[in-house]
Amino acid sequence: MTFSSIDMTAIAPRPSVAARVSDYARRHPTVVVGGGVLFLMALIAIFAPWIANDPMKLTPVNRLKPPGGVYWFGTDFLGREVFARTIYGSRVSMMVGGAVALVSVTIGLAIGLISGYVRSVDAIVMRIMDGIMAIPGVLLAIALISLAGASMMNVIIAITIPEIPRVVRLVRSVVLTIREQPYVEAAISVGSPLPKILIKHILPNTVAPLIVQATFVCASAVVIEAILSFLGAGTPPEIPSWGNVMAEGRIYFQVAPWILFFPGVLLAITVLAVNILGDGLRDSLDPRIARSM
Amino acid sequence: MHGYVIRRLLATIPVMCVVGIIVFLLLHLTPGDPAAIIAGDYARPEDIARIRAKLGLDQPLHVQFFTWAGAVLQGDLGTSIFSNLPVSKLIAQRLEPTIALSVSTMIFAILVAVPMGIIAAWKSGTWIDRSVMVFAVLGFSVPVFVIGYILMYVFALQLGWFPVQGYKAIGDGFWPFLSSITLPTVALGVVYTALIARITRASVLEVLTEDYIRTAKAKGLDNTGLLIRHALKNAAVPIVTIIGIGMALLMGGVVVTESVFNIPGLGRLTIDAVLRRDYPVIQGVILVFSGVYVFVNLFVDLTYAFLDPRIRY
Repeated sequence: MTFSSIDMTAIAPRPSVAARVSDYARRHPTVVVGGGVLFLMALIAIFAPWIANDPMKLTPVNRLKPPGGVYWFGTDFLGREVFARTIYGSRVSMMVGGAVALVSVTIGLAIGLISGYVRSVDAIVMRIMDGIMAIPGVLLAIALISLAGASMMNVIIAITIPEIPRVVRLVRSVVLTIREQPYVEAAISVGSPLPKILIKHILPNTVAPLIVQATFVCASAVVIEAILSFLGAGTPPEIPSWGNVMAEGRIYFQVAPWILFFPGVLLAITVLAVNILGDGLRDSLDPRIARSM
Repeated sequence: MHGYVIRRLLATIPVMCVVGIIVFLLLHLTPGDPAAIIAGDYARPEDIARIRAKLGLDQPLHVQFFTWAGAVLQGDLGTSIFSNLPVSKLIAQRLEPTIALSVSTMIFAILVAVPMGIIAAWKSGTWIDRSVMVFAVLGFSVPVFVIGYILMYVFALQLGWFPVQGYKAIGDGFWPFLSSITLPTVALGVVYTALIARITRASVLEVLTEDYIRTAKAKGLDNTGLLIRHALKNAAVPIVTIIGIGMALLMGGVVVTESVFNIPGLGRLTIDAVLRRDYPVIQGVILVFSGVYVFVNLFVDLTYAFLDPRIRY
């Protein structure tokens, strides 16, 4: 390295990892709060069998019991514990949120990289993306599930498809800016093959905005899963998801509002946590975007 | 300018074509025999054959597509399998509640969100600003059906100010109509309000740092004039953009809200059609919603030139 002559000791010593973490946490409290709540939700989802009783266990004697005593969140119309069903419901939301974020970012990244770089593909791909974006995501997902049948896999696919165009647009816009940079031109001029340019020079620039986008996709996926289940076109009814529990509670709303209340509150807290995390990450990863947003 | 309008109008054609192809292919891309899917799990072979013949599913795919697209272009969206009525007629019957709810939500959201965003930007850094931002994040996160049931519990069941569910047509009197649509409007409007308030705040905040705002202040313009005449006017473009983008959000929300409040609109029609696998109706509703989305965004793009004369195309 040509910089070896610089006296490294003259530069302030690099702060310890702990110091840097605490400094980051102080500057970006939202990342810590959002991430913390989300982490807690993940723990609840993973350890559900140790936290709650069997969510399927029927105790017809104790139907529609209000919250209190042994039944922290009350019971539903079949005497099942709302607490257990709500705790288990977090599993569906966490899985769908995570899977949709991962799959849509991966596919969107691949399409976006190619579309942004290869002009001949771009026009066609972007018209298709515009078309998908013009269809309200919830409706497209409902239609897909009604045709393909209700299963966890189909729910994930049906929610992923409407999310892909947003990722593609984001990646494409980054690629379009980066490809004009001198270092990319330099790489082209020395004869780097296209895959190498895309992966080594362009891909790294998409990571920060993609992480932020992934959190928003995740939040949106959790909401849409709940909506689909609530409407009866989502997760199979035998699996307790927050949307399913709320859907079952609908007709008992006037006598037993707790069946809807607790899953609804947990759903809102989860989505809030993911959104707060996303906002915080955007501020910390992409300083170019004004803090005012 | 005229060139831009024409180019923008033409640009909607490929988008609608892609939408048409997707909507058409939905049924054919899903695994299994489309006729059997529509007929359901308990159908007899002759039912499946009848549906196949009725929908023309026995013909080659491209023939089916052009037959279907040709009919759609003439306003024929097919016939409902369940009720045997034309889909366009079913949609027309359900249009009023959905339009009423969408328009009232839009008006509510803009009337609440824009002043909210302006005040937050003006009082930037104060507790007013912070509470608006908290509301924006919170409102964007709480799903519409959760808000809907909370509102229903408090204002309909406990306080009894509004009817719990149902819809009164505007023809049955304005006050019953307004009362039946108030809670759904607020429930659906919260997300939209949060979104618009946030963008309004951000764009007004940006405009307020401009030199001409300082000049306007220096020449003694009062705050109201400053905010409305200068700041809001220049912050209009992003606000209008977000109203257009938010249309997709609004449409998804309408389906859910109608289901929560038992409003017999397009959303209910969709859900009923989905549960009955009434495929022509699903196709028709998706086409109508997508068409409205494309049209609104076309309108939004065309207003840019009007709102900001600096934009040249």
